[in-house]
Amino acid sequence: MRTFIYVAPPSIEDAIGELRRGEARPLAGGTDLLPQLREGRRNADRIVDLKRIAELSAIRPLPQGGLAIGAAASATSVARHDLVAARYPAIAASARLLGSVQVQNRASLGGNVCNAAPSADVVPALICHEASAQIAGAAGRRNTPLDEFFAGPGRTVLEADEVLTALWLAAVPPRSATTYLRFTPRREMDIAIVGVAVRIDLAEDRSIALARVALASVGPTPVRAVSTERLLRGNRLDRDLSVAAATAAANADARPISDTRASADYRRALVEVLVRRGLAACARTLDIASELR
Amino acid sequence: MKTLLACTINAEAHTVLVDVRDTLLDLVRERIGLTGSKEGCGNGNCGTCTVLLDGAAVNACLVLALEVAGREVVTIEGVARVGELHPIQSALVESGGTQCGFCTPGIVLAAKALLDTNADPSEQDIRQAIAGNLCRCTGYGKIVDAIATAAARLRETET
Repeated sequence: MRTFIYVAPPSIEDAIGELRRGEARPLAGGTDLLPQLREGRRNADRIVDLKRIAELSAIRPLPQGGLAIGAAASATSVARHDLVAARYPAIAASARLLGSVQVQNRASLGGNVCNAAPSADVVPALICHEASAQIAGAAGRRNTPLDEFFAGPGRTVLEADEVLTALWLAAVPPRSATTYLRFTPRREMDIAIVGVAVRIDLAEDRSIALARVALASVGPTPVRAVSTERLLRGNRLDRDLSVAAATAAANADARPISDTRASADYRRALVEVLVRRGLAACARTLDIASELR
Repeated sequence: MKTLLACTINAEAHTVLVDVRDTLLDLVRERIGLTGSKEGCGNGNCGTCTVLLDGAAVNACLVLALEVAGREVVTIEGVARVGELHPIQSALVESGGTQCGFCTPGIVLAAKALLDTNADPSEQDIRQAIAGNLCRCTGYGKIVDAIATAAARLRETET
């Protein structure tokens, strides 16, 4: 590993200034960055530790409703946070899937997002909760819906002198359920062959007021399953709709490739199964499971 | 590039010269000389370098030494009292939860982090807590038993 300068600036403005100097890399949990540096997969002559910046580690309710999760907050602090556990249990659950306890104590949700792995476990549930990526850079602040944040495997829309500061989640209405399911050969410490997050909000008449479905490991980026969502919205969740939604997710929304971990066909079959299970889990939470029989 | 770093290791204040590239594992092994923490994989998969950072289990190979400035580190050398093993350690000895021993320091600290926050863990809690610690000898059964035994003994001594 070549040597570098380590700085831990106290503010976002200072961090952006540091990122503009030479080949700099922001550091949050470091659980991906350190092995990348050591194995020469990434080079940096300046490491900008973001963990001294209070705003980046904070988890706080937003004035307009919803929740801000600081980009550098550890997976453990997110999973244990009262508001996350109460209102966003699918996000708490995905944070607990990030590697081991040791990794969760360091790794951040922002880092998992910025690494832009198509398999990132925390991303599908965040997309279902309408997460927006809050970005700060030399040119000022901007934000983008999380499903438009990814540009390809390992690539995002962030410029070199920009940092992800927080993930803003929308407020959760009553009669809303979200779940994240993944398939891995091993229960722990494994990468999702397919991950599926499903969110269903019910209207007064029990039709689906809002549907959000997001998929991991079935494309070059995390995938928002728009045709599946379109099919679900406005309808009542029953067995036929569940089957149709799962088929649409597998065939219209998922764009999997075959690789060492699974074939494309196997991944499509998994998407179908996991979407149906995800819908069933939401139906149980919403107390409409009987309609799926 | 070398720089001075101050932190607490096993309740002792240290000020040491470190290379900026040093990991927390390099710090405890090479700079301080505490070689109980092992390097297995070097990328956060095996857990044998597990130490406690402000009480939380972390992979020392995934933390830069400079990140622990002003913070408190506990390594395996800081777990036993003089002449007396920690209950987790004695339970591992009694139940045969250690064979080659390479994973044991990490297992002890991962278990300690669990029992420090959860006095009565289920088998599932225990298995989850050590999911990031690979053991190629024991098959884990005796390790899980030992941690449950230690938890029970610690509960007894507290009441």
